[in-house]
Amino acid sequence: MAILEKRKKAMSVNPLKASQTMGATLAFLGFSRSMPLMHGSQGCTAFAKVFFVRHFREPIPLQTTAMDQVSSVMGADENVIEALKTIAEKQSPAIIGVCSTGLAETQGCDMGLAIHEFRSRYPQHAKVAVVKVSTPDFSGCFETGYGAAVTAVIDQLIEPSERAGTRARQVNVLCGSHLTPGDLEFVIDTIESFGLRPLLIPDLSRSLDGHLPEEEYSALTTGGLTMDELALAGESCATLVIGSSLTPAGQKLEEKTGVKSQVFPHLHTMKQVDNWFMALSELSGLPVPNRWRRQRRQLQDAMLDTHFMLGQLRVGIAADPDLLLAMHDLVVSMGGEVVAAVTPDKGPALEQLALETVKKGDLEDLERQARSQQAEFVIGNSHLHECAERLHLPHLRIGFPQYDYLGGFNRVWIGYRGIQQALFDIANMRLSQHEEIPTYHSPLSQKRDEENYTRQQHQGV
Amino acid sequence: MKAKDIAELLDEPACEHNKKEKSGCAKPMPGASAGGCAFDGAQIALLPIADVAHIVHGPIACAGSSWDNRGTRSSGPQLYRIGMTTDLTEQDVIMGRGEKRLFHSIKQAVEQHNPAAVFVYNTCVPALVGDDVDAVCRAATEQWGTPVVPVDGAGFYGTKNLGNRIAGEAMVKHVIGTREPEPAPEPLIPGTKIHSVNLVGEYNIAGEFWHVLPLLDELGIRVLCTLSGDARFHEVQSMHRAEVNMMVCSKAMVNVARKLQDKYGTPWFEGSFYGISDTSQALRDFARFIDDPDLTQRTEALIEREEKKVRAALEPWRERLQGKRVLLYTGGVKSWSVVSALQDLGMVVVATGTKKSTEEDKARIRELMGEDTKMIEEGGAKELISIVHEYKADILIAGGRNLYTALKARIPFLDINQEREFGYAGYDGMLELVKQLAITIESPIWSAVRDPAPWDEMPSEAELLNAEGV
Repeated sequence: MAILEKRKKAMSVNPLKASQTMGATLAFLGFSRSMPLMHGSQGCTAFAKVFFVRHFREPIPLQTTAMDQVSSVMGADENVIEALKTIAEKQSPAIIGVCSTGLAETQGCDMGLAIHEFRSRYPQHAKVAVVKVSTPDFSGCFETGYGAAVTAVIDQLIEPSERAGTRARQVNVLCGSHLTPGDLEFVIDTIESFGLRPLLIPDLSRSLDGHLPEEEYSALTTGGLTMDELALAGESCATLVIGSSLTPAGQKLEEKTGVKSQVFPHLHTMKQVDNWFMALSELSGLPVPNRWRRQRRQLQDAMLDTHFMLGQLRVGIAADPDLLLAMHDLVVSMGGEVVAAVTPDKGPALEQLALETVKKGDLEDLERQARSQQAEFVIGNSHLHECAERLHLPHLRIGFPQYDYLGGFNRVWIGYRGIQQALFDIANMRLSQHEEIPTYHSPLSQKRDEENYTRQQHQGV
Repeated sequence: MKAKDIAELLDEPACEHNKKEKSGCAKPMPGASAGGCAFDGAQIALLPIADVAHIVHGPIACAGSSWDNRGTRSSGPQLYRIGMTTDLTEQDVIMGRGEKRLFHSIKQAVEQHNPAAVFVYNTCVPALVGDDVDAVCRAATEQWGTPVVPVDGAGFYGTKNLGNRIAGEAMVKHVIGTREPEPAPEPLIPGTKIHSVNLVGEYNIAGEFWHVLPLLDELGIRVLCTLSGDARFHEVQSMHRAEVNMMVCSKAMVNVARKLQDKYGTPWFEGSFYGISDTSQALRDFARFIDDPDLTQRTEALIEREEKKVRAALEPWRERLQGKRVLLYTGGVKSWSVVSALQDLGMVVVATGTKKSTEEDKARIRELMGEDTKMIEEGGAKELISIVHEYKADILIAGGRNLYTALKARIPFLDINQEREFGYAGYDGMLELVKQLAITIESPIWSAVRDPAPWDEMPSEAELLNAEGV
């Protein structure tokens, strides 16, 4: 278990943290015909929108309650009601996720009351699901906001029932914010290969996987988990939770429906993927299909080929707790060493993290640690790039945002194949910065290379 | 090259293999050979000469599959890294245009790269159709004034080892002795004397010789030329002025050392820079041959200082590597020189390959490892693996071509041959060696690749289908 080392400096420099509000927004983007609504000033939404647009290279549906000076002082509940009404009228979404910002929480909003008021005033929009989640940016981080939103969806939209297991081949999957849409496709693929039907909550693989839809314009998400599908979650035979940050969401689902949940911190190491397949094998009663066995052998071979480059590699990682744990475990499983670790805030994954301390901090902290600990490789989001250049270290991009790396949003990290590629990439980046023995010029030697160069230059070569 | 010349090269009085039936230069056996050809050996031996344009005269396979030798490093010109070949076409071969193409290729190399010299490597096809490479080289030298040296090592002449000798022969015949050395600079320590030496068979793999060269400079030992790592053409030209030659770690170009002795009376000795004791021994041997009491005294002081320093730096690694069991499979001198390096670390060498070793080498091994040590004469991949298991070795140290065989057998491995990216020579090289040893031995992946998958207890898809009779 890693102890979270408190932040000691006043100022955060080159921040790593993305807000809770944005984490919650991402979770809502994993539902079909969805519109996340940030309760705050316009700017909160505009920044978040740019953040996601640059990362996914996709139009991102996102609205704002547009709090202004008057409503910020006098009360903004009316803004929420009006925003809900406008969105419902104009876009008729299946779900609106209301995420509070620091401004709204400081002002003292009552989103519950506002939604209640909306319901009674506009019964014609009763079929639009509305979920509220408290995600001020002065606490938590991206991961906690995402987790809070998933818990809120389960809490507010799933009816209590006692029908667990009536759909014996249906499996719920709570997918953490450390998984990419590409990762989720692996999740779906593996579950289906055992003859099971996955229900991903939320399902970014159908909304933000970068597909080209039929219609030219959509104000809402063009895919994701539908409300009808969500309603069936209480009838599944099991819930598989990927990411410790979603453990409370799994518990909430179990409380309401009795569907038992099983937590996987990540699927970024061979061991965890083994556990994943064993779980699917037990749930389905079927053996592990040969294609996965083959991929496992391919991964083993890749481990052998790359262990020369990854062994005792000194790595610095900056990421939210779930992703930090995943990358840490990957590095350590290959004999590497995590010598610098920074995370924006606490998370349950830190309890499983086999490091003595993790710095709660920013990218400046990572840079300092990486320098003092002589890191040889850094892993983190696109913002880490500058600091990697100053350190002259290769930089593997993970997490949010990845604005300077195409395809990063959808890259598959998990499963035997995904891990294999990650190992190759790390090894290749490592090779490209292979440390040469410094060139030595003997003072006694009769080499006259400079003269030779001059001679060549004279002759215009 | 005439059969008589080849036979002459094969008869190398300075090589211990010469009298035994199992010569390192014996004919390769069809269907059971894996080594390189004479062209390969000739090219590898000379390619590190950095300011030379190396032209391979032949169709594409010879140069196309072998250019860009990444192992060796240059401190200056990078011309040797540029792949040049006449890339002969069918028409060239049929119409006899090979010589003309070669002549123009040399022109192109001289005009565009202004090399110190051009080396032309002959290959099988032009040798077979009878291109007169020597004549073309002579004509080209006259035409452009840049020395053009023929290296007649067509692949079918014999093995890689023979190719090395052909390369050495070409240097002795055409290059060495054609120029006097630059005047010696002032010694680094005033009042001491500069002594000139050569190293033969040192290739500066991964720049590893730069671990050693500063020590020689400090002693006032001036390296006129290393044949051929980080060498320049004019250095090779002046090799005849050395006081002593060292044959480094290999018998490959022993003919050069012998002929320099015959022609110029330069004494030579064999040595290695792998391991602490060998590095020290090599320095002592220089002092012994040069026989300058001041040098001898300073050499001893330097050895004491360096050994102390490196032993202290190795101390933390000793604990980690102590008692680990090694199966060493390398040829010749390395079979014992690496043994002492590993024993310096407290490791146990359980067996060693002796395929290319001489009787002398074997005696050294017995001396180092005891009488009952396992010596592996013939080492197929399969045999090596079974020996690893039989002797419970923790790691196999061998050449790169055994790397993936070892990995498939889930055995930790260290590459000790030419292609490697790490330099192990000299005192400082030991630190890199221990690091690379630890990386593979201490890796946690071994259990991950050896243990069965968790479902291995369960039947596979196919077995299940069979059981159901589908």
